[in-house]
Amino acid sequence: MSEVKFSKEHEWITLEGDVATIGITKHATEMLGDIVFAELPEKGSNVEKDGTAGVVESTKAASDVYTPVSGEVVDTNQSIVDDPAKINEDPEGGAWFFKLKIKDTSELDTLMNKEEYDKFAKETSS
Amino acid sequence: MEIKKTSLNKLHQCKNAKFVEFAGYEMPIQYSKGIIEEHKFTRSNSGIFDVSHMGQLFIYGDESLTEELEKIFPLDLKNLKQNCSKYSFLMNEDAGIYDDLIITKIEEGYLIILNAACKDKDFEILSNLLGSKFKMNLDDNRSLIAIQGPKSAEILNSVVNGVDQLNFMTGNWFDSDNQKLFVTRSGYTGEDGFEISISNDKAEKFVENLIEKGAQLIGLGARDTLRLEAGLCLYGHELDINKTPVEANLRWAISKSRLSNGGFIGSKKIMNQMQDGASQIRVGIKPEGRLIAREKTKIFDDTNKQIGEITSGTFGPSVNGPIAMGYVDKEFSKVDTKILLEVRGKKHPANVCALPFYKKNYVKGVN
Repeated sequence: MSEVKFSKEHEWITLEGDVATIGITKHATEMLGDIVFAELPEKGSNVEKDGTAGVVESTKAASDVYTPVSGEVVDTNQSIVDDPAKINEDPEGGAWFFKLKIKDTSELDTLMNKEEYDKFAKETSS
Repeated sequence: MEIKKTSLNKLHQCKNAKFVEFAGYEMPIQYSKGIIEEHKFTRSNSGIFDVSHMGQLFIYGDESLTEELEKIFPLDLKNLKQNCSKYSFLMNEDAGIYDDLIITKIEEGYLIILNAACKDKDFEILSNLLGSKFKMNLDDNRSLIAIQGPKSAEILNSVVNGVDQLNFMTGNWFDSDNQKLFVTRSGYTGEDGFEISISNDKAEKFVENLIEKGAQLIGLGARDTLRLEAGLCLYGHELDINKTPVEANLRWAISKSRLSNGGFIGSKKIMNQMQDGASQIRVGIKPEGRLIAREKTKIFDDTNKQIGEITSGTFGPSVNGPIAMGYVDKEFSKVDTKILLEVRGKKHPANVCALPFYKKNYVKGVN
């Protein structure tokens, strides 16, 4: 599996072959608070880089989930729809959101590595 | 304008509060455990709420004050016993609500608890209505602390002996630590609890004392989910100047004895609406599934006609699902009426339901 990359919209992405797994970061869940609702893209649909690909809602507000790369949705994680609290518990592991068959791996080059993201998250949250 | 801070601000910081601006005050929205934990702790144990941003208006006077206030509020104040409280409204001539409030008859006159965002305007309106005959004091030297939840009576009683003898919606002065506190048995969470008026310089130590006995500070986030589960209105959401108490389904708060003769501001409109009904009414709404419909969500019938709007919507931690309140045309206000909520461009099914969403008696011990 490839190195984990991060977007400015607080998504993480890993790549295995041409299938990317995408979720939201621990930092994002801490900002959102208790997540109580999740909506995922439809399997078989196509999503565009930086486009909306889902929604999470906390007790306080709704937030869009964006996709950091373009591709076709090949799988979604129903378990986080059934139990959204899982997203707070294991955001960068079991609580992934969707998998994409990606079109253009060069889209990953624009994303941040862990060190860059941690720095970005710290700067933007204060 | 500079943001105002309550006397507990430092304590909130020490407890890792996340702050928001609310009605010009820096207030804690939540602490480190988060809204759901705080909500459940209040339902099962005892939560402390800093509500010092709310107005504490003391009006001093005798029977002539009672007479004047009866021209303003739809209450039978002549028969209200000393130390008893009532929920009421400050209205305009069209029965539009300037504010909702709790009024308590005290020995020296009345104590009125007002919403933070409305208190200065309320003061102005009441000053104009009452003239200079009565001394009025919107007292910002006093903090207001609420303690709510099943263990609150025991915890508060260990700090302020005797409060457990208070009945619901009554209050009294108590002595604690050489300080006079005014304590009422009331609150806004659907739980048993108290509100304590205390001088600012004693508030922090008082709250630390309650924390030592097992209560925990709870933020405005959980206060909102708690009051919504309890079916209670929040000014600026369910209530505003374009809504009347009848439309807000708060007829119960209008004293029956005042309805026959009127004589209070807004009485004509209220009496008309009591007879003919209001065209829109506040109802409870339960979306099917887990979808949350927030404030301003449009409500439709099955013919695609808009029939209302959501005024508050969130996830109810104790009912473990989405809940909302809103206004619908009266023909859609019956319990179990099917309605549709438009969220992110799609219409989702929901049902009109009875309030409150959460009743203490049948879910006791669940959390």
